[in-house]
Amino acid sequence: MSLGYEGRKIMGYRREEGRVGVRNHVLILPLDDISNAACEAVANNIKGTIAIPHAYGRLQFGEDLELHFKTIIGTGSNPNIAACVVIGIEPGWTQRVVDGIAATGKPVEGFSIEQNGDLKTIMNASRAAKEMVHYATEIQREECDISELWISTKCGESDTTTGLGANPTVGNMYDKLLPVGITGCFGETSEITGAEHICRRRAVNEEVGDRWYKMWKTYQDEVIFAHQTDDLSDSQPTKGNITGGLTTIEEKALGNLEKIGRTSMYKEILGPAETPNSGEGLYFMDSSSAAAECVTIMAAGGFVIHTFPTGQGNVIGHPIVPVIKITANPRTIRTMSEHIDVDVSGILRREMTIDQAGDVLIEMICRTANGRNTAAEALGHREFSMTKLYRSA
Amino acid sequence: MAEIPHLLVHNRRDNVGVVVVENLEANTNMLCCITEDNSTFRLTSKMDVPIGHKIALLDLKSGETATKYGEDIGKIVTDVAQGDHVHTHNCKTKRW
Repeated sequence: MSLGYEGRKIMGYRREEGRVGVRNHVLILPLDDISNAACEAVANNIKGTIAIPHAYGRLQFGEDLELHFKTIIGTGSNPNIAACVVIGIEPGWTQRVVDGIAATGKPVEGFSIEQNGDLKTIMNASRAAKEMVHYATEIQREECDISELWISTKCGESDTTTGLGANPTVGNMYDKLLPVGITGCFGETSEITGAEHICRRRAVNEEVGDRWYKMWKTYQDEVIFAHQTDDLSDSQPTKGNITGGLTTIEEKALGNLEKIGRTSMYKEILGPAETPNSGEGLYFMDSSSAAAECVTIMAAGGFVIHTFPTGQGNVIGHPIVPVIKITANPRTIRTMSEHIDVDVSGILRREMTIDQAGDVLIEMICRTANGRNTAAEALGHREFSMTKLYRSA
Repeated sequence: MAEIPHLLVHNRRDNVGVVVVENLEANTNMLCCITEDNSTFRLTSKMDVPIGHKIALLDLKSGETATKYGEDIGKIVTDVAQGDHVHTHNCKTKRW
């Protein structure tokens, strides 16, 4: 089956370190929350740039601080970024982010606000951003192999149609494209609860499966059971899931795992926002099941396209990664069609097979890689949410 | 399949199925399809059930396990008759 996609080409942006991007953003990246205003001013001054304001970056420490850096540096390093301006309140941590992104070889410059004020910082950063726009807009798309794509997945506002149609569609895509050599990623640690016995078996070997199980169990014990005030029946499944007909976390988890298809096996476990470093194949990222948080750390891990199955109609996008929405729910198609890129409701009518739906999704992935803007991009969805491990100092 | 199914069932072992049409009314002679082998059967709905919600394929007693995808999805907490709506009012997680 997979042979049909061997050698398939897409038109992408070849970056300095060899990776392939599908967008060509000039990013204005705040180190911390108090640099958001300056970043947004630069993005307003210089057309063709994008700022990604966020809520954190001050007085974090330990693992939580490391995750912050990993998320910020990873986002700036993503192959969908042509060049990057970093603005922080002080030069130390700002330079750490600049150095991290510079390791990819792409143009990056840092600016700090203390001793300069917002206005001088905005002027200097705007001049740098303008040069980057000239640079980026002269980069041409070139022919790249489909196997060079890094494609992540996470589902949201799931309902029972997600497990019947949209998730198996993504699973079929992975079953076809992983053998061709793409790099894939799924996650949502809390949402595997009820299907952990199955997920453990989907590791390439017992050792990886055991490590996966330990990670999942640690999360259950140290986060869920340590912080719950009641059972989680109103959070997992969510109110939207329940409206859509999902009754229990077990049912939701079994539907969730349909995203890895019938034959795909994960080879390694990634920490939040961690970049895979053992080559092509499928990875599990330890991640929240909240849509924006999950897509944000997968993008920071280096994934350039995100496939997002939805049942009731989650509207999420991301500032720099195209998020392809897939639904099988005919009511969602009827009421929210502007958010949906791939309609697989034919699966429920038995007019479309999972195999056909997988092919339709792969076509949409290629078109998106070639430049087609997704529904979320056209509608301006730019959700960027940090994962926070604990309170700041 | 010429006729569009009203209810889809993942696995032959399942005791619940999913309504996949809008505005399903009570007393509908539903066409049900088991997706793993495309086999079909008929079942009458006992109530109006929204799209995406589940219907019991047989009588289920309190304490029994609800099965979907051929797997355990929770416990039945109130007796359910064949054709009834199965959801949070009569089925609960075994996990949290």
